[in-house]
Amino acid sequence: MTEPIDDLLRGPLVIVNLGLRGFAESLEAQADDVVQVDWLPPAGGDAEMIDLLDKLL
Amino acid sequence: MDIKQRITEANEEVVRRLTSGLPVLVDIAPAGEVIPGMEGKMITHSGPPIEWSRMCGAQQGSVIGSVIYEGWAETPEDARALLDGGEIHLEPNHSHSTVGPMAGTISPSAPVWVVENRTFGNRAFCRQVEPRQQFGDYSPDALDGLRRWRDLFAPTLREALLHLGGVELDPIIIQALQMGDELHNRHSASSSLFANQMAIGIAKAGVPLDRALPTLGHLAGHNLLFLGLAMAAGKAITDPARGVESSSVVIAMCRNGTEFGIQVSGLGDEWFVAPAPVVEGLYLPGFTSSDAGLDMGDSAITETVGWGGFALGGAPGILALVGGTPEDALGYTREMRGITTAKHPTHRMPALGFEGTSVGIDIRKVVQTDVSPIIDTAIAHREAGHPIIGAGMVRAPMECFKGALRAFGRRYTP
Repeated sequence: MTEPIDDLLRGPLVIVNLGLRGFAESLEAQADDVVQVDWLPPAGGDAEMIDLLDKLL
Repeated sequence: MDIKQRITEANEEVVRRLTSGLPVLVDIAPAGEVIPGMEGKMITHSGPPIEWSRMCGAQQGSVIGSVIYEGWAETPEDARALLDGGEIHLEPNHSHSTVGPMAGTISPSAPVWVVENRTFGNRAFCRQVEPRQQFGDYSPDALDGLRRWRDLFAPTLREALLHLGGVELDPIIIQALQMGDELHNRHSASSSLFANQMAIGIAKAGVPLDRALPTLGHLAGHNLLFLGLAMAAGKAITDPARGVESSSVVIAMCRNGTEFGIQVSGLGDEWFVAPAPVVEGLYLPGFTSSDAGLDMGDSAITETVGWGGFALGGAPGILALVGGTPEDALGYTREMRGITTAKHPTHRMPALGFEGTSVGIDIRKVVQTDVSPIIDTAIAHREAGHPIIGAGMVRAPMECFKGALRAFGRRYTP
């Protein structure tokens, strides 16, 4: 009996990358299909601003 | 009601006020007669408050020009001595319901555009736009330009305007946005539309030809004629949106060449400032970026109400002046959607499917997205004594918005 995860990994993969584009580029170099999500951390990653925004937005 | 809901409702009210203003040009009059609080030897200037010694070269040059123009000194040296001695009172335009382009200097005898917001009954004021003294040029030729405005063009236009009973500006603004203006540095359509109305007024008022013809020539040849009117309209539109409790919407953005400042509706009259940024632009022959001063002028009131850089996608002709591609311009306009509250119901851009301009800059969205307002602007020299040297694009400093958000948090969260 095979697990669903085995079926997934046996077939062609489409990889979704969230974050540093370098991860996506290294996978693309290995001929994998990669979708790079257009995302940046809120407030440029400024922790003080993120805390304020959690309260106000 | 929690704070997030209160902010949402307050911002909706601010946007209602911003989008329902109806600016009407009602007079062209000496500043000292109409601007509230303009008294004695006072010169108002662009940007947040700043003392004489900290003003940039171009703003100092423009103030020197105003001092000589008013007859308070005969030479630049004498003017500097008066200013060094604190004998000329300097205050920000924004504290007087007023705005001014570039250095923004306004002195008592200078005729200003008087614009009334018919929806709310308030008035706002802006000086004429010209390419020399407002950039820091205090040469005799530059000051002759101010005198010609004071003695010939302004009185003639006033006569025509009063005969017409005022000119509604919103129909011109709506039409100009559909004719490829963005209403900050491209005013080809708006200036022509305004000139058409004033020409009729001049004829109806029976102005003698010796004044009518040169004034008509001034109207026909001044591509930025309407900028002063758009700025006064922007100020008249934003002032009634001040002081809405819990609102995080920006109601003023301006620069004095030393600092960039913003004000927020729910934070009273406090300024949130950061060093004025460098403008990326194109230069007139003979000048380079090494000559350039930093960002300057109250004209970002146009972006504050959704024009200028925010409407650049609908005005590709401006790119010849400020640089960039039509794709860049569309990108800027779409990007501004992410930091604003609403689309204007009547200020529409054909190139964007007749969508309305973006209004209601929200400091929370600016900080969250790390995208600050884009502004197209002219460039002054870093030293006193020069006319315009270029134009380009600039971003409002993020630190202004972070500072405002900190103050907002202190005021509105436990």
